[in-house]
Formats: sequence, structure tokens, C-alpha cells
Amino acid sequence: MISLFKIAIRNLIRYKRRTLLTASLITIGVVFVLVFVSVTGSFKAMIIGQVTDSMLGHLQMHRKGYVASIDSLPLNLNMKPQAYSKIAAVLGARPDVAAFSPRVKFGGMFSNFVETTNIRLNGINPEQEFQTVPLLISRIAAGKKTLSRGEIWIPILLAKGLKVKLGDAVVIVATNVDGSVNGKQFIVSGILESATGPGGRDGYIHIDDSTEVLRMPEAEVSEVAIRLKDFSRLAAAIKQLETEVSGEVNKEGMPLFEVHSWEQLSPFFSIAQMIDVMTFFIKIMLIAIVLISIMNVMIMAVYERIREIGTIAAIGTLPGKIRSMFIIEGFCLGVIGAIIGNLIGVAVVIIINLVGIHFNFGQQKGLLLQAVLQPSDVLTVSVIVIIVAVAASLQPAIKASKMEPIEALRHV
Amino acid sequence: MALIKAENIGKNYQTEDVVVHALQDVSFEIEPASFVSFVGPSGSGKTTILNLIGCLDKPSAGKLQVADTDVGMLERNESAAFRGKHLGFIFQDFNLIPVLTIYENIEYPLIMVQNIAPEERRERISRMLAAVGMTQQARKYPQQISGGQKQRVAVARALVANPALVLADEPTANLDSQTAYAVIGLMKKMRDDFGTTFIFSTHDTKIVGEAEVLFRLEDGRLTAKEMKGGAKS
Repeated sequence: MISLFKIAIRNLIRYKRRTLLTASLITIGVVFVLVFVSVTGSFKAMIIGQVTDSMLGHLQMHRKGYVASIDSLPLNLNMKPQAYSKIAAVLGARPDVAAFSPRVKFGGMFSNFVETTNIRLNGINPEQEFQTVPLLISRIAAGKKTLSRGEIWIPILLAKGLKVKLGDAVVIVATNVDGSVNGKQFIVSGILESATGPGGRDGYIHIDDSTEVLRMPEAEVSEVAIRLKDFSRLAAAIKQLETEVSGEVNKEGMPLFEVHSWEQLSPFFSIAQMIDVMTFFIKIMLIAIVLISIMNVMIMAVYERIREIGTIAAIGTLPGKIRSMFIIEGFCLGVIGAIIGNLIGVAVVIIINLVGIHFNFGQQKGLLLQAVLQPSDVLTVSVIVIIVAVAASLQPAIKASKMEPIEALRHV
Repeated sequence: MALIKAENIGKNYQTEDVVVHALQDVSFEIEPASFVSFVGPSGSGKTTILNLIGCLDKPSAGKLQVADTDVGMLERNESAAFRGKHLGFIFQDFNLIPVLTIYENIEYPLIMVQNIAPEERRERISRMLAAVGMTQQARKYPQQISGGQKQRVAVARALVANPALVLADEPTANLDSQTAYAVIGLMKKMRDDFGTTFIFSTHDTKIVGEAEVLFRLEDGRLTAKEMKGGAKS
């Protein structure tokens, strides 16, 4: 085997220019894929982090039918306190749940006593909310990082549009589930930077204030946002939660709760999927580059070495060994391209991070792109290149091994 | 007992329109440790007969036995294995592997064909390099040595695996006469030292005289067998 590698490497060195050209092509392909994967992957991870850690949570639980309801923020589909208690008990007992936060969501009118506009509001328990969506605090552009009863955080667009400042008194008017209207005065204690995605332009009040504004006879909950200890276990956690709450049914025997991942709740998931599709096609391009370049170079190698093939076949080299000789040559080319490509790819990613590329996403300005190259990506790309290199060498190698020595020796 | 026994062998090649009879009804026997030459004009069938003995081709008719094996019955892989075990080849164009050194070219059959242990490999190669006078050139590549030296290396490569038979098709055709004599002399010495049968083809009348057994071919037929000293049959 060592001899086969020695012969393969020496044959690659023998045709230096051609080897260099082919290895360069593979290298460029690998670098391109690694940089693309690291940049888009980091972009995706960053945006998913923003969406889940500042608004949605990793997953949410609602009363059955809440998300699919044709009404926006339907108050009639809130959970009763007993139902929430059941969920809280389930979540509290789960070791994989880092935190959860009950919310009351409703639409209302926001008035600064001069002008009035619509607002979507979240009634939250601040301590639980900050543990569940830790980036929410970082969105507070001005004001207190705590939320007490009688205080409201409003989105920056609303503050600018209605010329509302910190400490100003404002009024929230909302219609409750029975259609009666109620109002309550709040003091603006925080101004929030907007974030892309559902809830990115919402206001926040204390959950007890929302119960009061909506004149709820008992503290209802619209949704429960949940944060997992390990985000990568999202799918498994959802499945387990669904199983755990599947026993909770209403009088008609229908399930009482539903569980949704952030993917089902955020339109950014479509962008994330598009990034995955683009990554897939970029990998297909890499495969094409490696396949065509190596197949081309190996076909040339076989054609140029017909007499050599005839010689080694004549002196007793078995066809299988001749086949291996050419496959190993393709394998070595793939390995060389993958190694150099990985080294340059890592260097480019480091340079990108040193330079510091900023970008805007929706209302979020000046986000710093931090490209991260996962070892699994490097491994995947390397394995793809090497497998394709071997596959591309197969046809020329088989052709070489099937040559009749007598005809190969006659070749001029 | 004969090393090679050919009984009425024939070889036909089918072209688009006609059948070419390259060999017809050829019978002969060759004893072990012989120094044999097939001679004849171009197209007489010399190379064809060497290819058949060398299991590179199969006879269309008759029976050809080499080292007690009916080589006409061998499958592709069996032929390769048989060649690796029993035969050595010397080519007109030397056919050394350009990416391997002289040492590695001689080593090739031991490592890629016969899988000989490293210790024995080193011993055999050193012996062969010394026998063909190429010890000093062992680390050079084929393109760094002369034609005569290349053919010496080819002789060493053919013999290193201890074959019963070495086939050389026009081994001196690309050499000047002095080098050609030296190579034939080397082959004869190797026969004497190792007891290997050498069969070569040539159309060089001066080189022909070096053979101890001579088979004359004409139009694919064996016309004469001559023994050294003038004996004919």
C-alpha cells in the first residue's frame, strides 16, 4: 500500500503543472464553500439567536388553536390559571428546560394624550422573561432595565413617532374578551430597539397590569415561552413535551395544548431554509468542480501512461492493483486540495473576523458578522472532496485495469 | 522435462476483411536453462510467439505448455499471476517506470507482484544490482542513465523475482552494437549464474550467433531449429 502511495505521489509530482492546476481548482472550491458556510452559518446562527433570545424563546406553548386562530392575539384562547399551572408543573420538572415565561399578549391603543396609535403589548413577569429571552435587556436603548407595575417599555419607532420620552405618562386602552373597553395610565420606563421578526415592535408591561387592563377575573396566560439548556435538542424536546401534555384534553377529548418551535413562529425560518438550500447548491458546485477536474486529469494520466500500464501488467501486476494505483492518485489529489483548501479557508475566516464586517438586518443596524468555522463543516467538506475525488478516478482507473497488456505495450 | 512445449500452435488475427495467420502449426520444445533465439524477418511471427509464451496473448489453435501449465486456458487474473511468478520480461524500449529509481524499478516485481519481505528484498536487489554492475547508479532515475544501462536494469528487474523464464523481444534493437553485445553477454551470464531460460527475438544477424538454440521463422511457420555448433533439426 505504501508503494502504491509512493508511486501515486511521484506521478503527481511528475506532472507538476497539471497537478498544481487541479489542486488549485479544488482548493478554490473548498475555500469558497468553507467561507460561504462559515459566513452564512454565522449569519443564520446570529439571527436565530436574535429571534429566539430577544423575543420568541426557543419554543412556545399555547392553548390549542391559538396560533392558527384567524383573530390576531385572540383573548378567548388564553389559558386559564389551572391550565397554566399544569404547564408550569410539567416545565418545572423537566431538566432540559432552562427557564420559561408566561405572557399575556393583546392589542391596544397607545395615547400620549395628543396622538393615539395601535400597539401590541406583552404582559410579562420580568424575572421569568429575562431568563427566558436574555437578549431582551440588551434591546433597551434607554431607560431602566427593570419593569415594575405601572411602567411600560415602548418600541423606539413608537417613541419617535409620537415624540414620547422616558418618564412620560401614556395611556393604554384595550378591549377585553367580552368587548368592554378599559384604560390604564403608564409611565414610560424603557425604550426598546426594534428587532426583526414577530414581537420585534411590541411594547411590554407587567403581567399583573395586563390582567388589570383586560379586566380578567383571574390571571390568564396567552403563551408560555420556553428556553432550553441545549438548543440543539429542540426537536427532541418538542416531541417529549408534546407527549407529556398529550394527556391533557378538554371535555370533547381534544388536546388542550400545542407546542411550537421558533421555526413555526418566525418568518426568518424561511430565510434560514433558503440559506441551507444555497449551501447545498454551493456544495453541489464543489462536487462538480472536483469531479470534472479530477476525472479530466485522471483520464489524461491513463492515456499518457498506456505503455507504462502495459509494462506493469506484463510483469504480473494484477488488474486490481493497477486500478488501486490510479484511484490512490485521485485520492491524493483530493486530499492535497482539501488540506490546502481547509488551511486557506480557515485563514480567510480569521481575516474576515479581524477585518470585522458589519451588516444591517431589518431594523437592526451595524450587526457584526462573526464567521465561525465549525469542525464538522471542515470535516464534511473534506470528506465530500475526497469521496468525489475517488469516485472521479474510478472510471479512468477501471479503464487502466482492463487494458490488455499486449495492446498497451504496442501503444505509441 | 521441457520448460516449454508447443504443439501445433497457431495464431490468427481478424482484421476488418481478412484473417491474418500470424502463426501456423508451430511445434517446438525448449529445455530449462536454455539460451534461445527466435529469428526471422519482420512479420515472421517472432513477437507473436513471444507474446504467446509470455501469456500476453492466447493461441488460436494448438496447445502451449509453459512450466507445466496450459497457458492458453488461463483467465486474465491467472495469466497476470502466472507471469508474475514464472516469467520475466525485457522490452525493446526498456520500459522502466520513470517515477521510480533504478533500485525501486528492480524492487517493483518483489513488492507489487510477489510481496517479498523487506529484508529479502534488499538482499535480492543488492545481488542483482551487483550482477548487472549498476550498484553505483541505484539512486538514479531511468532518465539519468544511458540506454545500455537501462537495459541492464531491465535485465535485473526481469531476474530479481527468480523466474524460470525471461522473454526479451528485440532487447538490443535500440542499442549500439557494442552495448548490444554487452547486454546479450549479460543475459548469458545471468543464465549461467541463475539457471534461468532466456528466449529473445532478434533480426540482428550478429546477435543471432550468440544464441545456443535458434528457431527460424518465416511467414508464421517454424522453418528450422539450429543448435550451437551447427546441428540442425
